[in-house]
Amino acid sequence: MKEIVIISGKGGTGKTSVASAMAYLKKDELVLADCDVDAADLHLIMQPQNHSEDDYYSGIKAVIDTGACTNCGICAQICRFDAIEVKDGSHHVVTLDCEGCGYCFLRCPVNAISIPTQNVGKVYLADTRLGIPMAHARLKIGADNSGKLVARVKRDARKLASEKEKALILVDGSPGIGCPVISSLSGADYVVLVTEPTRSGLSDLTRVWDLARRFDLKTGCIINKADLNPEVRDEIMEFLADKGIKLLAQLPYHDDFTQAIINGKALMELNPEPWNLVFDQIWTNLLKEL
Amino acid sequence: MKIAITSTGPNWDSLVDARFGRADYILIVTEGSEELEVIDNRAVRDVAHGAGPQTAQLLHDHAPGALITGNGPGANAADILKRMNVQVYIGAAGMSIRDALKAYQDNKLKKGD
Amino acid sequence: MIWKAAITSVTTKAMRLAIASGKGGTGKTTLAVNLASFLAQENETLLVDLDVEEPNSGIFIQGQPTLDQDVARKVPQWEQSLCTLCGKCPTWCKFNALLRLGDTILVLPELCHSCYACSELCPTSALPMQDMPLGAFRGIKAGKLSFLESRLEIGVEQASPLIDKTLRYVDEHHKAVDYQILDCPPGTSCSMVSATKTAEFAILVTEPTPFGLHDLTLAVETLRILKIPFAVVLNRSGDHDHDVEDYCARESIPLWAKIPDQRRIAHLYSQGKLLYEAVPEVLAALRAIKTKLEALS
Repeated sequence: MKEIVIISGKGGTGKTSVASAMAYLKKDELVLADCDVDAADLHLIMQPQNHSEDDYYSGIKAVIDTGACTNCGICAQICRFDAIEVKDGSHHVVTLDCEGCGYCFLRCPVNAISIPTQNVGKVYLADTRLGIPMAHARLKIGADNSGKLVARVKRDARKLASEKEKALILVDGSPGIGCPVISSLSGADYVVLVTEPTRSGLSDLTRVWDLARRFDLKTGCIINKADLNPEVRDEIMEFLADKGIKLLAQLPYHDDFTQAIINGKALMELNPEPWNLVFDQIWTNLLKEL
Repeated sequence: MKIAITSTGPNWDSLVDARFGRADYILIVTEGSEELEVIDNRAVRDVAHGAGPQTAQLLHDHAPGALITGNGPGANAADILKRMNVQVYIGAAGMSIRDALKAYQDNKLKKGD
Repeated sequence: MIWKAAITSVTTKAMRLAIASGKGGTGKTTLAVNLASFLAQENETLLVDLDVEEPNSGIFIQGQPTLDQDVARKVPQWEQSLCTLCGKCPTWCKFNALLRLGDTILVLPELCHSCYACSELCPTSALPMQDMPLGAFRGIKAGKLSFLESRLEIGVEQASPLIDKTLRYVDEHHKAVDYQILDCPPGTSCSMVSATKTAEFAILVTEPTPFGLHDLTLAVETLRILKIPFAVVLNRSGDHDHDVEDYCARESIPLWAKIPDQRRIAHLYSQGKLLYEAVPEVLAALRAIKTKLEALS
């Protein structure tokens, strides 16, 4: 079983278009793990039908039992996040501002504070429109993605791959450079970096590369909207050559990307050519490295 | 010397886990012995952030001189392992524990930095 | 919190406007820089880049540097000489930022949320809080436009503490402007919430695709929970606007402007250039937005 992770640092580079096109070509051989939990766009193309769901718990929030509370005010004094207010003469936790540190719980002299674990979302197993099994998750507003959730989605995908005897796991990775991305990369066999030739694209590429190279992973890059700015594109290519990152493809700025998304389809479902050829080449280049 | 190996299961035929921080098991072998100490690390699934350091802490009392794993630990865990004087060896993902140990002994594994 | 927003508008004349979006890449930064620059033609305007993990609106602003300041946060430091190795501190920390390795206590600053619990609970005060780099502020002034970029130090995981500090800095140092435009982080997680919660009004930038619409609904849900009034600006508008338009109509959400999907715009953006001088549709959109903003106050 081989795990291929697609990451991009910033949004809008076309990571989801790339991921869905790659998935389409190998639809009978792979399982999808959608770890881009904050904006799970892949499912708009894959149209998952969930056959199993599980509550996901992470972090705590403080709750004050006003019956037991003596209004001593210690909790409000020591809270560094201004999350405890006095309303109608009694102390309350402003849940949105509560950081989940549990300090008030440790200090309350009458044990009037509890710190229940929070149900912050759900993890799902699904069948999809193209017949590709998919693991994904949905978080509640304000809740944060984490290494834990990404690891859970990947683990679920692995289980699916094992059950259905699929050789490949394609991971739509988390954006940014924090714990979720690290967890997206950890355990991978290959990383695909999707970038675009803009100043911000190049700067994000550099930061994401810094993270990926810690894991000694084979890495390839797809430059999307490559003809948008030949100058920055050339800078990117120099960067790739310098770091030993394989250039998997340069994709042109093309209306098909928008049209495919609007129609909820993978690129080649809209226009078999050139996209079948282009992504076939990407897979060939990638698999050679594995 | 004791050697720690990240593993997907609790025995010699289990496959090496590519991950460190979120590895399901850590197996401790003592060179020259067939004994296998099993650390069940699956409780790490509940750790939202900082899995690597938590797993590194588990190793502390066993004092291994080396760690065999797949991709290598993340930055936080790597620093802690360095402090503990554990030399990291990578590239063993997908091997059985037995084969990974042999590869290490034959100097076939790469050193993590 | 509503009371925080009210206090801001009572003590300053500035209108605090958040520019946000449900997803990355919709053109939020494009709108924020162009709107701020356009407003600054006549009004004192502050543009704040709160996308602290990847602040990139500064690419579009040229002017006089006015500020280059490191920002610190507090993290415990272990004082071995005071420690009795009671071993309690790792059990207090909810973020796994403290480890005991034999007779050493290790602090993991990346995981610390600066709650002060371990520091204040330690019976021998062996974990005093010390400054650690959190990020940096960089300021530029160009005519009536002031720009403040807030950048998170690499390796620091949480954006919210820096975002909160940045807004407190703005409260203190930029009271006397007409507009405070906040370029917010994308998404709907806690960094976007920290960035938008003190705003009086928000503009949500979206695109006419199923992705854009789906993520717009999440952003709308978030702003409704925060009780911040908002309007939508549709970027990359073209032949498929009707889904977004229908959604806004159904939900009684004002749609203030549309910016067309033009390769020319994308090209100018990729070069770090402003749009409204070269692209009349952008100028028209900005004029429309300004009129709506003036009607609000």
